[in-house]
Amino acid sequence: MVSTLATPSRLSQRERLRRATKGGGSRSVPVPLLAPALISVAFLVLPLVGLILRAPWGDLWSIVRGSDASQALRLSLWTSTVATGVSLVIGVPLAWVLARTDFPGLRILRALVTLPLVLPPVVGGVALLLAFGRKGFVGQYLDQWFGITIPFSPAAVIMAETFVAMPFLIITVEGALRSADLGFEEAAATLGAGRMTVFRRITVPLVAPSLGAGAVLCWARALGEFGATITFAGSFPGRTQTMPIAVYYALETDPDAAVVLSLVLLLVSVTVLVTMRDKWLRGGSTQ
Amino acid sequence: MTSGIGRELAVDAEVSRGEFTLRVNLAVAPGEVLGILGPNGSGKSTLLKAVAGLMPVSRGQILLDGQVVDDAATGEFLEAAERPVGFVFQNYRLFPHMSVLDNVAFAPRARGINRHEARATASDWLARLGLARFAGRRPADLSGGQAQRVALARALAGNPALLLLDEPLSALDARTRLDVQTELRRHLSDFGGPCLLVTHDPLEALVLADRLLVLEEGKIVQEGTPGAVARRPATEYVAKLVGLNLYAGDVDGPKVRLRNGGTFVVPDHGQHGEVLVALRPSAVVVSIEQPHTSARNSWPATIVGLTLLTDRVRIDLEGEPSALVDVTPSAVSELELTSGRKVWLTAKATDLEVYGADVLTGNGSLSSPDR
Repeated sequence: MVSTLATPSRLSQRERLRRATKGGGSRSVPVPLLAPALISVAFLVLPLVGLILRAPWGDLWSIVRGSDASQALRLSLWTSTVATGVSLVIGVPLAWVLARTDFPGLRILRALVTLPLVLPPVVGGVALLLAFGRKGFVGQYLDQWFGITIPFSPAAVIMAETFVAMPFLIITVEGALRSADLGFEEAAATLGAGRMTVFRRITVPLVAPSLGAGAVLCWARALGEFGATITFAGSFPGRTQTMPIAVYYALETDPDAAVVLSLVLLLVSVTVLVTMRDKWLRGGSTQ
Repeated sequence: MTSGIGRELAVDAEVSRGEFTLRVNLAVAPGEVLGILGPNGSGKSTLLKAVAGLMPVSRGQILLDGQVVDDAATGEFLEAAERPVGFVFQNYRLFPHMSVLDNVAFAPRARGINRHEARATASDWLARLGLARFAGRRPADLSGGQAQRVALARALAGNPALLLLDEPLSALDARTRLDVQTELRRHLSDFGGPCLLVTHDPLEALVLADRLLVLEEGKIVQEGTPGAVARRPATEYVAKLVGLNLYAGDVDGPKVRLRNGGTFVVPDHGQHGEVLVALRPSAVVVSIEQPHTSARNSWPATIVGLTLLTDRVRIDLEGEPSALVDVTPSAVSELELTSGRKVWLTAKATDLEVYGADVLTGNGSLSSPDR
């Protein structure tokens, strides 16, 4: 028997429709969750607002056209593109090996491959220097035998970016390969396709969306690379000074230029996000 | 080995997958369609995978046209890509990123033919299966029946010596299934090589197969023509599939003493010892009171369930023996047949099919060493 019933609240027509069509109960946010959530939104968004408010909109174009900025932008764009290309060529096969083969030490290999994801980039730069520097244990032979010196060259920029960014591509593609339906590959095998044909005509096309997502992620990470690059490649304008490094130095000498360069990087990031919205903004995992 | 002369495909092998072991000995002649019937988990698909080379045998060997494609003893193994096999998978597995034409052209291309010629071959096959107008479509835009035919075209375009079909019609709705079934029958009879057709639908097996092999828990339990299997099921599973009551018993003069209780007076059968007795549900008569007829078998039973089939009611009865009985819906209401009611069942001796319990070895021998 019901003695007292709580007072009913009011449900808008819209809310009624939502519950009727999608099911489920109340979606109102409890107050103890609402406040922290709003604070975190403010924390993430306010700095970007600051960037936009502070931007010298009038001189924008002339600053972008200014020699240092455009040089840095061009260098950043082509090096991160090359780094992404290198990652695709050598990273995708590695992703396949990690996803599809089994051998002793596979888990250790996977840990090593993903290490750059958590390693401070500066440490990566130091490590690259120790390996490929003029006196590094690989670099000294490159220098002696071939006269090749890597550090403080655009090649060093690409290597630093690849080192830091390739794992993003590898884990994205590996995840996709792991969850891919092997049935299609079996079908291809019964139709007479060898392992390489299966990889080329079935495996890769089927993970193409993840391949694209991984490549964009990799490219964006390479574009933003700072620590490993400045350590291994230095900061020579026009040669190794990429956008993030240019921003850092401009902040001391020409704050307006720093803001403009930051805006350009923000624009690129937003573009990446919009491109990838189907992948990431739908909520859930990145797969 | 039992690979007789003229047999194209011969399998005498065990395939182990974890705890499960499939043990088969079979041979399929060129042009013959062998239906593999069995419940889920009986090893039907495992058999196809082993023949296709997607899974190696753990004992014994598989021969195609007298040549070894897999031999556990010597270690010889022909990779799936090297076997002249056409495989139609249960869910077709059409490549979603390719057009129908390129799906069908896949096998010729994989076998080294250039793109242009491969597409020409594919077009021919699409035309033969009446699919020419779908050439440019993606598999996602096909209906179930169309996808099934594309899968068949794709398998045939590789010019296989052997055709494997894994529940080719199970993904279709009932109406489409009948159309596609008739058509598939025609294409299978055009195909000159041996064909293995896995199914769990008895009707599909009856229509499409020349010979049936029933698998249960990884073992062959019955082998024979579809008619023989349907008339004389060897196991409970097969009896249920073909809709018969099946009883195991021992011959005792003119009677058969049933294992699970009860006795049948049976016609002359010439069998001794263990026998199986099959009885059609529609051959059993239900009466409210003990009948006095010329029928030789009459026994009391209790109704435990009623199911409406399309034009009749199937009654599940407990007694000695228990039975499934088909009556008309009007009989149910007139006789007030409800669950829990006690009735009398009557069956004429001539309606009982009596046969030896060893029907499973109709024409083959299970030559596995430990059987």
